[in-house]
Amino acid sequence: MNVIANKWIGQRTIRPDGADKVTGRACYAADNTMPGMIWGKVLRSPHAHALIRSIDTSKAEKLPGVKAVVTAKDLVDFPVDKPVPLGIQDMRWMSRNIMAREKALFHGHPIAAVAAINEEVAAEACKLIEVDYEVLPHAIEIEDAIKPHAPILHDFVRFEGKPSNIAGTMVNKVGDVEAGFAEADIVIERTFTTRPVHQGYIEPQACTVSCTADGKVTIWSSSQGQFMVRAMTSFLTGITQSNIRAIPAEIGGGFGAKTIIYLEPLATVLAKKSGRPVKMVMTREEVMRATGPTSGSRSTVKIGAKKDGTLVAAQGTFYLQAGALPGSPLRGPVGCSFSPYYIPNILSTGYDVVSNRSKVAAYRAPGAPLGAFAAECVIDEICEKLGLDPLEFRLKNSSKEGQKAVYGATFGKITFEETVEAALKHPHYKAPLDKNPRPGVKRGRGVASGFWFNAGGESSAQVNITEDGNVAVTTGHPDVGGSRASIANVTAELLGIDHSRISVLIGDTASIGFSNLTGGSRVTFASAIVVTQSTEKVIGQLKERAARIWKIDPDAVTWENGEARPAGPNAGKFPPLSLEDLAAKANEMGGPIGAGTQLNTTGADPGFATHIVDVEVDVDLAIVRVLRYSAVQDVGRALHPSYVEGQIQGGVVQGIGWALSEEYLFDKQGKLENAGFLDYRMPVCSDVPMIEPVMLEIPNPKHPQGVRGVGEAPIVPVLAAITNAVHDALGKRFCDLPLSPPRVSAALDAAAE
Amino acid sequence: MTETRYLAAQTLDEAIGAYAAAAGAARILAGGTDLLVQMRSGVIRPGLIIDVKKIEEMTAIVPKADGGYWVGAAVSGAVLAEHKGFAATWPGVLEATNLIGSKQVQGRASIGGNLCNASPAADSVPALVAAGAVATVQGPHGRRELAVEHLTAGPGRTHLKPGEVLVGFTFPAQPKGSGGAYLRMTPRTEMDIAVVGLGVNLTLADGKVTAARVGLGAVAPTVLLVEDAAKALIGSGLDERALDAAAAACRAACKPINDKRGTVEYRTKVAGVLLKRTALIAAERAGGK
Amino acid sequence: MAKVHVTTTINGEPEEFLCEPHQSMLDALRGPLGLTGSKEGCGTGDCGACSITLDGRLVCSCLMLAVEAEGKTIGTIEGLAQGDHLHPLQQKFLEWGALQCGICTPGVLVAAKALLEKNPDPTETEVRFWLAGNLCRCTGYDKIVRAVLETAADMRSAA
Repeated sequence: MNVIANKWIGQRTIRPDGADKVTGRACYAADNTMPGMIWGKVLRSPHAHALIRSIDTSKAEKLPGVKAVVTAKDLVDFPVDKPVPLGIQDMRWMSRNIMAREKALFHGHPIAAVAAINEEVAAEACKLIEVDYEVLPHAIEIEDAIKPHAPILHDFVRFEGKPSNIAGTMVNKVGDVEAGFAEADIVIERTFTTRPVHQGYIEPQACTVSCTADGKVTIWSSSQGQFMVRAMTSFLTGITQSNIRAIPAEIGGGFGAKTIIYLEPLATVLAKKSGRPVKMVMTREEVMRATGPTSGSRSTVKIGAKKDGTLVAAQGTFYLQAGALPGSPLRGPVGCSFSPYYIPNILSTGYDVVSNRSKVAAYRAPGAPLGAFAAECVIDEICEKLGLDPLEFRLKNSSKEGQKAVYGATFGKITFEETVEAALKHPHYKAPLDKNPRPGVKRGRGVASGFWFNAGGESSAQVNITEDGNVAVTTGHPDVGGSRASIANVTAELLGIDHSRISVLIGDTASIGFSNLTGGSRVTFASAIVVTQSTEKVIGQLKERAARIWKIDPDAVTWENGEARPAGPNAGKFPPLSLEDLAAKANEMGGPIGAGTQLNTTGADPGFATHIVDVEVDVDLAIVRVLRYSAVQDVGRALHPSYVEGQIQGGVVQGIGWALSEEYLFDKQGKLENAGFLDYRMPVCSDVPMIEPVMLEIPNPKHPQGVRGVGEAPIVPVLAAITNAVHDALGKRFCDLPLSPPRVSAALDAAAE
Repeated sequence: MTETRYLAAQTLDEAIGAYAAAAGAARILAGGTDLLVQMRSGVIRPGLIIDVKKIEEMTAIVPKADGGYWVGAAVSGAVLAEHKGFAATWPGVLEATNLIGSKQVQGRASIGGNLCNASPAADSVPALVAAGAVATVQGPHGRRELAVEHLTAGPGRTHLKPGEVLVGFTFPAQPKGSGGAYLRMTPRTEMDIAVVGLGVNLTLADGKVTAARVGLGAVAPTVLLVEDAAKALIGSGLDERALDAAAAACRAACKPINDKRGTVEYRTKVAGVLLKRTALIAAERAGGK
Repeated sequence: MAKVHVTTTINGEPEEFLCEPHQSMLDALRGPLGLTGSKEGCGTGDCGACSITLDGRLVCSCLMLAVEAEGKTIGTIEGLAQGDHLHPLQQKFLEWGALQCGICTPGVLVAAKALLEKNPDPTETEVRFWLAGNLCRCTGYDKIVRAVLETAADMRSAA
């Protein structure tokens, strides 16, 4: 535990953006207007799979009030044979994702967009666009997409020499699994399925874009990276990055999904063509139909162990549903599923399967939860058959510093064991649980662990001292979960001044240096590094100016509690110089006091989590409810405990929804049946209990404040923890999520026969 | 684009006159929790919206001399729940009404609108059927009454004649020893449309059921009055055999579909499970009098 | 299309605006009235982000026609604070970190205020069921429920 008593770090301060958020003043993507603004709407494919033979927009263009129309021919064409990467995305797929080119690939795929004087005229104009489709058979589920004679989405995708819907594979391996299984005393193999689930952010995508007559573009939108918005818009429209300024609005939830864009490039071209600023706002239905949920999956996991519980071999075959264009998060299940454990023989293979639903977007530890679901359930079964305590089993097999992960990295000071030990010691683990509290009701307890890579990446910050001796910090990342609060704590701590004197703002692409996406559990980690370095440079400047005033060596000056002081009695007797004193003298002493840092930060270590959950099942109605949840995670250092706890609690509840009630349902025509919050069932307040976050603070030695990324690990163990708890309650193992009542009921009825 | 007009009718005659004159192009607005959703999705584009919330009879809750109640069709669930007399007499109806959507939705949604929207899964309807509520309807040709279970014709369709407006409900006086309850099955604890909804009203004398009504929803095109289930309960002391028989009658009455909310098998099974649970709660309330 | 002129009271102030008959109160708030604190999360009454009070009753503004505001009193998130004095709920949410992205927060606060006005001493279960119409995807609801319970206790002892 970090025992440094900090004045601001670790305190539950009021976040800098807080007052605006609780009064409704904070401006999110749809809250902005620009003078002269018109409205854009998208025409979407009514077919799950169709060739687009022609698009005739002439009637739409003639409708009074219509100012511009856009189709794929107005966007940059990326030929399918030449990869154009941007981070983990490929512009060949991004361009086709935002507007169909050769084919409509899913129900809801954008075909054209219109800008008009109001939303109704724009919508009416969309109806006047005539599209000649040749409807094709479609395939949505993985089995349907990979079986013989499946409708092929892309003739450029080939697997094993033949046209296929398998667009890519990934393999991580170590040792020899066949030899490993031969040594095992027990081998269990199971196949698991999960459905596509949506990130479920409450704020639909929206943007307002203005394009001046000389081609300068200003984009107002929320995203998980204003630099990504600029770059993608540049690629997809052909406008140079220096002519695009992307301003980050407050973001109403992202969870990975807003690391790509859908509307900004369309609005940009509409704004350019019409000469008017264009606002576009997605409806909830559009969000559900046409923005990426995560992959559905089919995973087969086989694990072998000795009868004393030593793991000897693990094999995972993970089929992930990419949606209409390549790019499932294969590295999630392939790299993470077995990584909490030392297993000498591993073969982990992923298959990227395209099918006629919307293209995936990232969702909180992309791919890892579905892989952990499979692996952690099989481990639970092995423990049951061997009669071993599941947490002791994890300790026995835990990954350790210096070992090589299956995905290639060598582990540094990882803290998986500590999460397991903390779970073992937690009162929840040994709390009595009456498994038959009343007739028709059963209860059970389950555990699971999880792993996520975490990331560092590029970040920029600027720390400036105001003329009145206070501090303005500008960072480069959108704030999804309270990172400004943490940054304010760090800056106040380093400068030794009151927290209320720090303001933290998020810069736009013109006003702050390049900063990579908000994702990978990295924002607080990376921002803290660059803000620390910038603040240290500022402190250096302050000490140097004090030294000049006192005519002593800068090394003889210290900075403490917001003041420059002589370092010791030998340095001289001078009264301290405060931040205000030095700020007042700034111009005569060489100019403004401030410093920036732009870095590709490193030193992020993986995140581990171990969870304990109690569930209750109404057996006749087959309804599963969570009674109690404890989530253990090493956070390194909680710069602002409330927001770290909040990340853990939020990730757990998303996992509860994924395990029990969320799923995409398609009809025979390939249309999404539950494209709204009524029938896409996310947990409501009365569905869940309090979630107890158990934060371990074992400092990450590679980070100035010891921070570890926290945002993603919390969702990884939940699916398996709940499924294991349901097994404990009912004596039945479930392999298919969600554990919706009709599904659980059917399984119980089948077992009873 | 259809131009939509809005009329806040001051009297029932004004509302009926405008409704009939619009010849199918008008919609009645009480709480709007179905109408606005349907307008937004483009399912309907009314030429005229007739707001009935200023019509006194339609927003009134009137205790009657014989112990029954008049409840106007446009009374919101929240307002109905705050009426102490009605709440004490008809807890099952309130249970049903106040499971519709959220607190926000209950602040507006009315049992009249819930019935006339005619969703097979409408929450208030099984409880209204079990209660033996009678609907009063008025149109260009006058006023008439019909049992609630005869008002709906199928999903989204009613037996209202052109120009007819549902004015309100009469809840009968209940004999001593009566009680009612409503339960539904939803995957989440709130917010969901009922996968199965079941309302039971019982009258008990000396521990035996002398009268019973069972309303079963979300398992057929309209809400069902399950007379066979009631028959199985009448004369019994709600022993296991009687409850099993009534549950079986409910299962037999189901004509459910597979959809995004439930399967045929699941709904059928749950109809039986809910019958037993609901009947026991209704009996407890009946005994408590 | 002929617009309707509506006269109403919003957060205690007389207001007038023009709207089309088919537009929702949420459209009117976010459009002609410039009150963007109420959010559209779904437009179908399933998420509560647009919550307001109508004559003191908690409703979704997306499920109410703008024209229905005629002669009524409307309460929105913008009316919770008095000048720069935050409502105890707002203050508590900040102290307890009961928000992350904040998009659901206006709706949650309006709903929570309505709860405490009706029931100043709710149990945890009562808070949870009252707020079931307000979806939050970031917090898992834990800190929201705690903040409401704590504020209720504070307000009871201050009374």
